[in-house]
Amino acid sequence: MSFEPKIVGFLCNWCSYAGADLAGISRLKCAPNVHIIRMMCSGGISPFFILKALEAGADGVLICGCNLGDCHYREGNYKTIRRMTLLKKVLGQLGIEQERVQLHWVCASCGDEFVDVVNRMTADIKELGPSRLGVKSRDLTR
Amino acid sequence: MEDIRTGVYICHCGLNIAGTVDVEEVANYAGTLPAVVVARHYHYMCSDPGQALIKDDIKNLGVNRVVVASCSPRMHEPTFRRACQDAGLNPYLFEHANIREHCSWVHDDKRLATEKAKDLVRAAVRRVSFHEPLEIKERPLNPNVLVVGGGIAGIQAALDIANGEHRVYLVEKEPAIGGHMAQLDRTFPTLDCSECILTPKMTEVGQHPFITLLAYSEVEEVVGSVGNFKVRVKKKARYVDEEKCTGCGVCEEKCPWKVDSEFEMGLGKRGVVYVPFAQAIPHVATIDKEHCVYFLKGKCRACQKFCDAKAIDFEQKDEIVELEVGSIILTTGYDIFDTRRIQQYGYGKYDNILTGLEFERMTCAAGPTEGKVLLKNGQQPGSVAIIHCVGSRDENYHEYCSRVCCMYALKYAHLIKELTKAEVYQMYIDMRCFGEGFEEFYRRVCDEGVNFIRGKVAKVTDVALTEDEQGRLIVAAEDTLLGRMIRVPVDMVILCPALEPRSDADGIAKLFTINRRADGFFMERHVKLDPVATATEGVFIAGCCEGPKDIPDTVAQASAAAAKALSVISRGRVVIEPTTAQVNEVLCQACGRCEEICDFHAPKIISKDGLRVSSVDAALCKGCGACAVVCPTGAMSVRHSTREQIKGMVEALLEV
Ligand SMILES: Cc1cc2nc3c(=O)[nH]c(=O)nc-3n(C[C@H](O)[C@H](O)[C@H](O)COP(=O)(O)OP(=O)(O)OC[C@H]3O[C@@H](n4cnc5c(N)ncnc54)[C@H](O)[C@@H]3O)c2cc1C
Ligand code: SF4
Ligand code: SF4
Ligand code: FES
Repeated sequence: MSFEPKIVGFLCNWCSYAGADLAGISRLKCAPNVHIIRMMCSGGISPFFILKALEAGADGVLICGCNLGDCHYREGNYKTIRRMTLLKKVLGQLGIEQERVQLHWVCASCGDEFVDVVNRMTADIKELGPSRLGVKSRDLTR
Repeated sequence: MEDIRTGVYICHCGLNIAGTVDVEEVANYAGTLPAVVVARHYHYMCSDPGQALIKDDIKNLGVNRVVVASCSPRMHEPTFRRACQDAGLNPYLFEHANIREHCSWVHDDKRLATEKAKDLVRAAVRRVSFHEPLEIKERPLNPNVLVVGGGIAGIQAALDIANGEHRVYLVEKEPAIGGHMAQLDRTFPTLDCSECILTPKMTEVGQHPFITLLAYSEVEEVVGSVGNFKVRVKKKARYVDEEKCTGCGVCEEKCPWKVDSEFEMGLGKRGVVYVPFAQAIPHVATIDKEHCVYFLKGKCRACQKFCDAKAIDFEQKDEIVELEVGSIILTTGYDIFDTRRIQQYGYGKYDNILTGLEFERMTCAAGPTEGKVLLKNGQQPGSVAIIHCVGSRDENYHEYCSRVCCMYALKYAHLIKELTKAEVYQMYIDMRCFGEGFEEFYRRVCDEGVNFIRGKVAKVTDVALTEDEQGRLIVAAEDTLLGRMIRVPVDMVILCPALEPRSDADGIAKLFTINRRADGFFMERHVKLDPVATATEGVFIAGCCEGPKDIPDTVAQASAAAAKALSVISRGRVVIEPTTAQVNEVLCQACGRCEEICDFHAPKIISKDGLRVSSVDAALCKGCGACAVVCPTGAMSVRHSTREQIKGMVEALLEV
């Protein structure tokens, strides 16, 4: 069987989750690999959750927030950018490929953009193969 | 610890879900998950019998956690929370799994969709086991309403609310209210005079005991939430005392300096001190500081000398007004597309090319030509071309249809025939005449002998190829019905530019924390079912700030927004969302990071029984979660988005 990556998506409620809803409402089709968790704001997505997901075996983590300037809480997504820059460094030190954690801005009327993000990320991760961290932790728990 | 008894309900949503997801398999699977005591599937969970399943299980089976897997929580989370509450279960002990928008609608493969639905249900079941009952509190609400923008939308909304005897603050950034409608001559399809139907409404606004009109003012800051907004408005200095000014107009007469009148679209002049138009409300003068010679050179004061009312006040300063309101209606309208951007249409380069609004002023009896359609040389045109869709339905500019141009173009054709007997050419892509009386008006204009040419205009030029074209404007277009290029020589060209979002729409959207669509207009909460609400509770939109539309649609939306605001008022109180941040005082080290990161100043380090700890003001907290991310000790968390809840979901998603 081909490799079907598991990707956890953290989406802010106001723009990105609504954008993902719109993809469905418009009956656009996308890869089934991203499992969405609704957060209030991208600025409330703790690096802890991202690391937790990787540790628990996610092959990728997708983070989506409103376009810069459109955050429902004014500047949440700027906080996200700053955090992601740091997190990427840490990931590098842990030997995790940067592409496994991706940040995208998806607006509430961006159904097609969201589908695009999901499909591209799924393709990226398929190319990378399963996450070593995930394989390891799965082996350990077995 | 309490025994967790979860009920899981999988919705078919007709075939919307059941067509792609094996709902029975998902329900059977849910039944095997820890703490699940009952798992069912049903045709429509949101229906009364669907909700009754949940209520009965709460009562009969002692279910104390509920998971519904159906549509988006943005749609029906409130429905199912209410069902729980009705059966005596705290509404926050509910979790929604989105297996329609995020699953059945975006996937084709039934196997994969079913597996994904199972994953999503497993995550929701895990998460709900960490949910806690939250207390819903209510607080009193301020019944005042702020309306921003005094066009016909704002006027209508303000009057509807004020007639219900509630205070309205109407903020208008220009010296007078009226918006674009005040500039129109006659309105399609009935051809009634715009000013005649608008003036009584403007007067009513000016005199209404429940309306406080803040003209020449702008909103600078908005804080708070539905029921309790605090708004700071800057009332710009007019250098004229509004109380004393009688609007007699002597100052404008005596002002030795004249500039282009914005109201007349530059076709007429006004004084540097001026009343924008005859029926202006408030009917007072304003000094245009930018052009005032006294402000520029320190000498003149002609107006002051002649003002009997002693209303001119060069010392006047901007004034800050603080308002408290419970809801807000935005009616900021539209801008007109700058036709200079399409250079090949020659606006600004050749004489006798007008925009729609300029033509409105020309046909208006009170306008700069006293209602005569005239060329630059003072003669009547013998032929006129009207070009539709300038900047609309054009992927280089705006993809959308501006919805009013076809109809006002027909209106112009009729008026030109009536006033000049000139030959008229309509250069259109499609005729869109969809409203009440529109098709009839279209027929009428057809019968008046107007020429309709279907096709996009390529350019307008003065380069003549034949004698007949000499000294005229030539409109070159592809006639898509004849399938060939044509050249139409005319004396006058009227462009129908797109209606576009206000140039400051981005700033206004941020100020009031609402979203904009990809086309730049303000975004409604739901396109079909909630068209005047926005993502922010208590902030409504109406008129052309939501998208191009004609006056009847604008007025209907304005009344809808007013009804929404009135319904907020009559509820009389607001629910305080309990999903705010909370501090575990034992863990808190008072490091202050939460205080630093919060954009709403909700957490503060305080002294409590001699100990320094963080404390969150629930009225200020919006529940974004930024503070919980930076808290190094885990003391800070947001109710209903706790670490355990999110972590539980993540772990559950990735199991198996
Ligand atoms: C050439 C032309 C001809 C038309 N002819 C017709 C017709 O015949 N029949 C018809 O039904 N419709 C017609 N329309 C459409 C009509 O103009 C609109 O439907 C109507 O004016 C929309 O009203 P509004 O209040 O939404 O917006 P606007 O008229 O644009 O009013 C908005 C108001 O808000 C104010 N404002 C903006 N930003 C702020 C801010 N930040 N703070 C405070 N105030 C602000 C503005 O100054 C303005 O007063 C025509 C349009 C055009 C362009
Ligand atoms: S960040 Fe955490 S530990 Fe620091 S003051 Fe705030 S709640 Fe206390
Ligand atoms: S949740 Fe957001 S708004 Fe509330 S205190 Fe924390 S940072 Fe401030
Ligand atoms: S609410 Fe979407 S990023 Fe903050």
